Amino acid sequence: MSHTTESDETTGKPHKAGLFDIRNIIGVLMGLYGVILALAGLLGEHEPDKTGGVNANLWTGLGLLAVGACFLLWAKLRPIVVPANVDAPDDDPTRPAPRRRRPSAH
Amino acid sequence: MSDTLIDANWLDYLLVAIYFAFVLGIGVMARRSVSDSIDFFLSGRSLPAWVTGLAFISANLGAVEIMGMSANGAQLGMPTFHYFWVGAVPAMLFLGVVMMPFYYGSKVRSVPEFMFRRFGTGAHLVNAISFAVAQLLIAGVNLALLAGIVRALLGWPIWVALIVAGAVVLSYITLGGLSAAIYNEVLQFFVIVASLLPLTLIGLHRVGGWDGLTDKINAASDGAASASDAPPATQQLNAWPGEALSGFDSPLLSVIGIVFGLGFVLSFGYWTTNFVEVQRAMASDSISAARKTPIIGAFPKMFVPFIVIVPGMISAVLVQEMIDLKNGGSPEGGASGEGVAYNDALLLLMRDVLPNGLLGLAIAGLLAAFMAGMAANISAFNTVFSYDLWQRYIRKDHSDDYYLRIGRLATVGATVIAIFTAQIALGYDNVMNYLQTLFGFFNAPLFATFILGMFWKRMTPTAGWVGLVAGTLSAIAVDRLAAAGLFELSGQGVAFLAASVAFVVDIVLSIVVSLVTKPKPASELRGLVYSETPREDRTDPNEASMPWYQRTAPLAGIALAIVIVLNFAF
Repeated sequence: MSHTTESDETTGKPHKAGLFDIRNIIGVLMGLYGVILALAGLLGEHEPDKTGGVNANLWTGLGLLAVGACFLLWAKLRPIVVPANVDAPDDDPTRPAPRRRRPSAH
Repeated sequence: MSDTLIDANWLDYLLVAIYFAFVLGIGVMARRSVSDSIDFFLSGRSLPAWVTGLAFISANLGAVEIMGMSANGAQLGMPTFHYFWVGAVPAMLFLGVVMMPFYYGSKVRSVPEFMFRRFGTGAHLVNAISFAVAQLLIAGVNLALLAGIVRALLGWPIWVALIVAGAVVLSYITLGGLSAAIYNEVLQFFVIVASLLPLTLIGLHRVGGWDGLTDKINAASDGAASASDAPPATQQLNAWPGEALSGFDSPLLSVIGIVFGLGFVLSFGYWTTNFVEVQRAMASDSISAARKTPIIGAFPKMFVPFIVIVPGMISAVLVQEMIDLKNGGSPEGGASGEGVAYNDALLLLMRDVLPNGLLGLAIAGLLAAFMAGMAANISAFNTVFSYDLWQRYIRKDHSDDYYLRIGRLATVGATVIAIFTAQIALGYDNVMNYLQTLFGFFNAPLFATFILGMFWKRMTPTAGWVGLVAGTLSAIAVDRLAAAGLFELSGQGVAFLAASVAFVVDIVLSIVVSLVTKPKPASELRGLVYSETPREDRTDPNEASMPWYQRTAPLAGIALAIVIVLNFAF
């Protein structure tokens, strides 16, 4: 394909996936949701008539915090190493992004 | 209460906004190549198998799963489990063990492309057209469900909600919602589980645990009005023999209908030929990893029914509108605005048991699932339309920019058409009936042609397209005969029957036609037909050195054992 230059800013040596490690993303999102829900459970009305008396926001929030922490810890302890030269993502017909192009097929 | 179905407040919208900020944020960073870590994850090479496995099931955890299965759970009860334990899981194992080596080895990128390599132009054209039509119809289902949520939240008329939802999906695609696909899919999985699991637990708590649920189903069934067409409680509370699902009165026929119609034809057809999912596995770095992707996905998949079907069952005994509906009434309201339908089971349960906060999490998960689902349908349509149809048959040899422009037009066109196909979906009380009918039309004959073409080198190009056309037509004929009232099967029985007929017609005609036409030379079939593919092309030489828990066959065996136990337990 014609335009291959745009992915040339790879760092050139193996390194850890860092913030964009998918486990960190999951961990951050789950943790953020956990904090918000736990706070909502502690500070907000907890609507016991809906949940049958359980403070559902609080418990779910705590659960999500735990899950988020596990993912962050996992990513920290067993980092994924990104190889030296990463190819730009391959074109995927079921989920093409606008920037990518598909070589003329067949 | 306001006049909207669901009463969301700022907290809920905050949670929804955070989700989309994450998804679109990563999409933007991916397109600007901020970090090669993102490229690494998106290119999918040597990703951990749990990531591709989750993406694999998440790609399907949209309309079909969440709304369709909970609607089915509310209407029919536990026989719905068959979709997972007789349907999806064995099919996913079969995909990993048997089919994947051919897909991976031949490097095809779409179903029509495989058809072209194996059978040439005729089958390719037929399949490309039917695939494109199927994607438009399924996009309509996703759009209808998305619009239902918009309406439930904001109280707009359904046609306004449809247009707005279509515009939202279009901007999601344009803003690059699909460029961070693997991140989205994995995040989506966790958000959905994080909202449906509490929903199930709180729901169970409200009805008094599992015993309370069964008691209430028994009581509702005993006290059912004569207008009620709900199946008896014993059928709702046992997965087998599932007469309510298959529509056969005889338990034996019912079991055959479920195992052959649902299990073999529909589910194997769906999972093995649906490249929206198969594609996830194709991106891995070796045959071994590609084969393990659906198998690893099968493990969480086994337990998904507990958080989609059980809430449906709870909804049917806890939510007043659902109780009325199941008792033969036609309560007002519902997401479509034309009375409550089984499709509303999950939304109504969310309204009744989730406090603000958790409600927002659930809405984020549902919006994400339908939006991503529809976006995937639209781009699959776009690819097949621009490259498989337009480039091959209408305008050859134009520039890349030209086909990109065609693709963009196709995306907009498909979204507009989906607004109309959504109307068909809205006409169904239980969206599962509609989806299974569509799969019977499109996937069952495709599966028959695939499997015969893969294991019988004598099958000819002519047989390829004749089988597909005849299979689809016969499934449509069965469906129309049932609609005309010539015979009657409740539940999804008609869809199972149509799929089975399509499969049998396709196989028989393909064999007959093959015997009188000329096959392709064997040299062109390497990698496409089992007997013409050397063993080393089908297996990964490194796999023998891996520990047992990383090898394909033992993993598949464990998954199969668990699913058999689940079948006996329920």
